[in-house]
Amino acid sequence: MSGNRHQSLGLSNEDVIEMYRVMLLARRIDERMWLLNRSGKIPFVVSCQGQEAQQVAASFALNRSEDYAAPYYRDVGVVLSFGMTAKDLMLQAYAKADDPNSGGRQMPGHFGQKKNRMLSGSSPVTTQVPHAVGIGLAAKMENKSIVSFVTLGEGSSNQGDFHEGLNFAAVQKLPVITMVENNQYAISVPLNKQVACKNISDRAIGYGMPGITVDGNDPLAVYEAVKQAADRARNGEGPTLIEAVSYRLTPHSSDDDDRSYRNREEVEEAKEKDGLLSFKTYLQEQQVLTDERLEQMEQEIKEEINQATDYAENAAYASPESIYDFVYGN
Amino acid sequence: MQKMQPMPAQNQFMTSYMETKGGEMMPVLSYIQAVTKALQEEMERDEKVFVLGEDVGVRGGVFRATDGLYQQFGESRVIDTPLAESAIAGVGIGAAMYGMRPVAEMQFADFILPAVNQIISEAAKMRYRSNNDWTCPITIRAPYGGGVHGALYHSQSIEAIFANQPGLKIVMPSSPYDVKGLLKAAIRDNDPVLFLEHKRAYRSIKEEVPDTDYTLPIGKADVKREGSDITVITYGLCVQWAIKAAENLAAEGIDVHILDLRTIYPLDQEAIKQAASKTGKVLLITEDNKEGSIIGEVAAIISEHCLFDLDAPIKRLAGPDVPSMPYAPPLEKEFMINQDKIEAAMRDLAEF
Ligand SMILES: Cc1ncc(C[n+]2csc(CCOP(=O)(O)OP(=O)(O)O)c2C)c(N)n1
Ligand SMILES: [Mg+2]
Repeated sequence: MSGNRHQSLGLSNEDVIEMYRVMLLARRIDERMWLLNRSGKIPFVVSCQGQEAQQVAASFALNRSEDYAAPYYRDVGVVLSFGMTAKDLMLQAYAKADDPNSGGRQMPGHFGQKKNRMLSGSSPVTTQVPHAVGIGLAAKMENKSIVSFVTLGEGSSNQGDFHEGLNFAAVQKLPVITMVENNQYAISVPLNKQVACKNISDRAIGYGMPGITVDGNDPLAVYEAVKQAADRARNGEGPTLIEAVSYRLTPHSSDDDDRSYRNREEVEEAKEKDGLLSFKTYLQEQQVLTDERLEQMEQEIKEEINQATDYAENAAYASPESIYDFVYGN
Repeated sequence: MQKMQPMPAQNQFMTSYMETKGGEMMPVLSYIQAVTKALQEEMERDEKVFVLGEDVGVRGGVFRATDGLYQQFGESRVIDTPLAESAIAGVGIGAAMYGMRPVAEMQFADFILPAVNQIISEAAKMRYRSNNDWTCPITIRAPYGGGVHGALYHSQSIEAIFANQPGLKIVMPSSPYDVKGLLKAAIRDNDPVLFLEHKRAYRSIKEEVPDTDYTLPIGKADVKREGSDITVITYGLCVQWAIKAAENLAAEGIDVHILDLRTIYPLDQEAIKQAASKTGKVLLITEDNKEGSIIGEVAAIISEHCLFDLDAPIKRLAGPDVPSMPYAPPLEKEFMINQDKIEAAMRDLAEF
């Protein structure tokens, strides 16, 4: 990477360091989850690994104290950026009562936290897209300069809700940013068996909105694309479809074995292009991030995750009787 | 609760008035005018209330349920959406999560099926899955029911598909008075409500509907006729036929008790038990296909709780178990419940 790209995007050194810290936190949390899963402490993990850079960069391009996010199950980077903590995520992993997402009702990766404007998500993929459009509609009706940000996988972009949601957003010129996190696989099925077009972003023209493909491993490129889309949205120019291309570095979930459908060379090659690594290299080359600071960051993150894990492990489950709560409000 | 009989047909599109006992003039509304009135009043009361659906804007809805709302409230609150039911539900859900009060219209209940995932996986579970963090106060209106030459795909009763989804409420009113009070209650409810309106009732059923701002309780059944010989439990348009049939039978000395479920999910179990136990002879009626319909659940509640109060087997009158209602008039007639079929079933049960 050449020159000082982040400053030309209006990002200070501290901004990019913070972005890197959140990416690293997401990665380290995810790695810890796998350890906890393999040691039998938590039943399930669905990973963000390989996608943290785009998730955090996109979030930092938004107004994280006003905008809404409808994250999908890999978006640890998004939810951390929008205000969730390592402790919150561990409480979720352990399905404890104080899990802010669902109080232990939903599987990990089913995010949602109203106080930080993250919509509650479910398991059937892509249902969040129309919801995000509904937020955009409400923002427009209420004359708020809110942007509604929604993510999903490339395989999930084949669902009807993708089409219905994007078309609605475009017709109504709503402030919605849809970011497809193209990690090349939908469980075992590769991109070329999901879509026949070259890029997922090619679909945008059919909706009458801009479609952009960016390198998801280049967080500054993602930041720039989302920032432009957010500016357009706030100017009343309508929605944007962004495709961030990266690679899923782990199996689909802790229940999957990816050796049955992709070879190790491919995975190893992808690991070299990992956005977390390339961003670190960039920050070091720019002398923004010193080895000392990096070391300190790693230490603090480790400490934070240790504490979060201990806390969650010792936290209480919801009582069995609470199963009857909150079916209806009245 | 006041009870009013349907008025004889008048000009379908004009509000007429009839004099009440006190001498004031009380408007007579058709079932669909009551829908429009409820929407209009709620939109005037609360800026967060808005309408979205296919052709609901300039056209005022294919049945004219939103007639005049576009003119009064403008295109931003009476939204003509693209032809895409999952988006109508899903976008409404998102707006409801934000804090709006969307009223989404499905043009026909038959076409709600593309939105089932949004309604069942999303709206119904939103509060529960977020541990009370997020709520989804959306109302989804849909015209259902047969007897309108609508054939297979414009005649169906679809309530059973949704009637085992805790988190969702399903309201199916039988009269204009109930329509207004219940639709207003649905819009104010903090949970998702599926509000099913019988198409054939739209213009055929009229009654006095007060101009006042009243709501009726969701989750409560309503005794539409007190009687002592047999109990009829039903909902929707069948209630109207049952009332008329009961009047005829009264002349024969058969006194029919009629319970209108009004909310068909979750059911008002207390009211069902009371009504069943009162006469010990129960006729359950639905226009839906018999097997797997709502009234099967009503029968289960009665047999669970009222067995020793029963003097006859629970009887069910329902549509036949064929996929849907055919177009040709004799076939449609064969499928549909009507006053004659109800009267015959009532007489049979009374004579048991
Ligand atoms: C409607 C629906 N069908 C199937 C599934 C099972 N499923 C969960 S994730 C997944 C693959 C999704 O792939 P993609 O959209 O590319 O996202 P990724 O997991 O790669 O991030 C499938 C098939 C589901 N959750 N929802
Ligand atoms: Mg994928």
